[in-house]
Amino acid sequence: MTDGPASSAPRLDVERLRRDFPILAQTVRGRKLVFLDSGASAQKPRQVIEAMVRCMEERYANVHRGAYFLSEAATEAYEAARGAVARFLNAADPREVVFTRNSTEAINLVAHAWGRGVMRPGQAVLVSEMEHHANLVPWQMLRDDGRGIALRVCRVTDDGELDLEDLAAKLADGKVGLVAVTHMSNVLGTVTPAERIVAMAHAAGAKVLLDGSQAAVHRRVDVQAIGADFYCFTGHKLYGPTGIGVLWARLEHLDRMPPFLGGGDMIASVTLERSEWAPPPAKFEAGTPAIVEAVGLHAAVDYVTALGWPAIEAHERALVDRAMRRLSGIEGLRLLGRAQDRGGVFSFALDNAHPHDLSTLLDRAGIAVRAGRHCAEPLHARFGLEGGTCRASFGLYTTEEEVDFLAEALVKAREFFG
Amino acid sequence: MFDDLRDLYQEIILDHGRKPRNFRRLEDADLSARGDNPLCGDRMDLWLKMTPDGRIADAAFQGRGCAISMASASLMTETVKGKSAEQAKALGARFRELAMTGACPDCGDLAEEMERLQPLAGVHEFPSRVKCATLAWHTLNAALEGNKEASSE
Repeated sequence: MTDGPASSAPRLDVERLRRDFPILAQTVRGRKLVFLDSGASAQKPRQVIEAMVRCMEERYANVHRGAYFLSEAATEAYEAARGAVARFLNAADPREVVFTRNSTEAINLVAHAWGRGVMRPGQAVLVSEMEHHANLVPWQMLRDDGRGIALRVCRVTDDGELDLEDLAAKLADGKVGLVAVTHMSNVLGTVTPAERIVAMAHAAGAKVLLDGSQAAVHRRVDVQAIGADFYCFTGHKLYGPTGIGVLWARLEHLDRMPPFLGGGDMIASVTLERSEWAPPPAKFEAGTPAIVEAVGLHAAVDYVTALGWPAIEAHERALVDRAMRRLSGIEGLRLLGRAQDRGGVFSFALDNAHPHDLSTLLDRAGIAVRAGRHCAEPLHARFGLEGGTCRASFGLYTTEEEVDFLAEALVKAREFFG
Repeated sequence: MFDDLRDLYQEIILDHGRKPRNFRRLEDADLSARGDNPLCGDRMDLWLKMTPDGRIADAAFQGRGCAISMASASLMTETVKGKSAEQAKALGARFRELAMTGACPDCGDLAEEMERLQPLAGVHEFPSRVKCATLAWHTLNAALEGNKEASSE
């Protein structure tokens, strides 16, 4: 039905798979595009683009509503996407997969339905200093909601790792009801020890939410092996479309949680006086969902899966080693975070250039990096970099030559600013 | 690799960016405002000392930001000294036009002042950087109008 990805061999054929991504062929200001901002949003392979077009051209109608061919076909495609995501995360049951708009909405869903619906006054949520604002602000809002729920923050070490001693200390009194931490930092590239965090939290009576927005792109995620309670990621960073994200949660938790948004498709019955909720996942999917985007996410998950995690992870390790070697040798460049276990995200600052000036320069060389604080202001403050950093983040299609080119451009940029 | 960026980063911009003039706090300021660009984290505090007849006797700032925003604030504080509030606001309006379009056809009466700001004209080719150049002038406007905060967003 669809063309397979370019390679399923253990070694990633990057030159070949790059041809699946039409946008990479373009030039920027006369230069070959070197796209190093996949951590913000990844580019899309034609397999995803074509699956979405085909859905709209051939199989589109609203889902879960019509007793006619097209609606049944669209429903089938939408639910097939749920099944594909469940397999992608090794979930025990596809009903544990709730489609949201993005990770941000998934976390807000948990903050509302679990935080306000299940947690009790006197309990606390424990986040870390290296959270993306999406996994900080919803918990600040919960804290400030007058329900008596506190917010604790686990420290990050100077190397950019989660301070597990501090984690243990903040779990010790048994008041933490939920640990909500990233599985991979979008600034430091640090991959957090998910299994260990879960074991520590569960021993202290706390549930665990992992923000997998970055991790799910760089590592194979097995929610059962990790043992988490909630896991979320977003489609657009995983080579899929915008507008679709995933909350995975244990069925027993979803059963206990009240709905987040009310509306059509999330109810079992409605009278003018009251409504009864549909069982999960429908209970959490009010209104017409992102049908075409779910189909696109399905294609993205299939694409990544067919390339194979061993090949993807080996390619990523090679890129990370190369970047560590090349970037740490540049005079005047400060690399943020030196975690033992890390993925392809590198934030850095030059001693003589502001990140915005640097990114303007790199753009002239065709290199797209993000400049600023990457939705992680507290983390930048933690490292004394209130002015921000530049961030290079890698994707499937990133080559070692591109990493070298970035390093060369950084050396020249430092000379430029003198 | 970056030769064509010398239009944007002229030596005078790099110089003012590295060593901004009037980079100090004015303890006896009559007017002040804080400017923020929440998107990129640029932030500056601007202080103005006014003469009895409403002219800017002294202007100074402190803050953090890129070379463009620091240089723009530095050049601005040099340029507005001695100007009335109205003249300073008019200058700001024209500077914003210069930053956005690269030209200022109606600058006749302020041509001399605009000449000093000309090195920043190159920013118009970089839409995401125009706000860096205009933040100082938004902050000046806020101070002159008695507002405490300005945002370039």
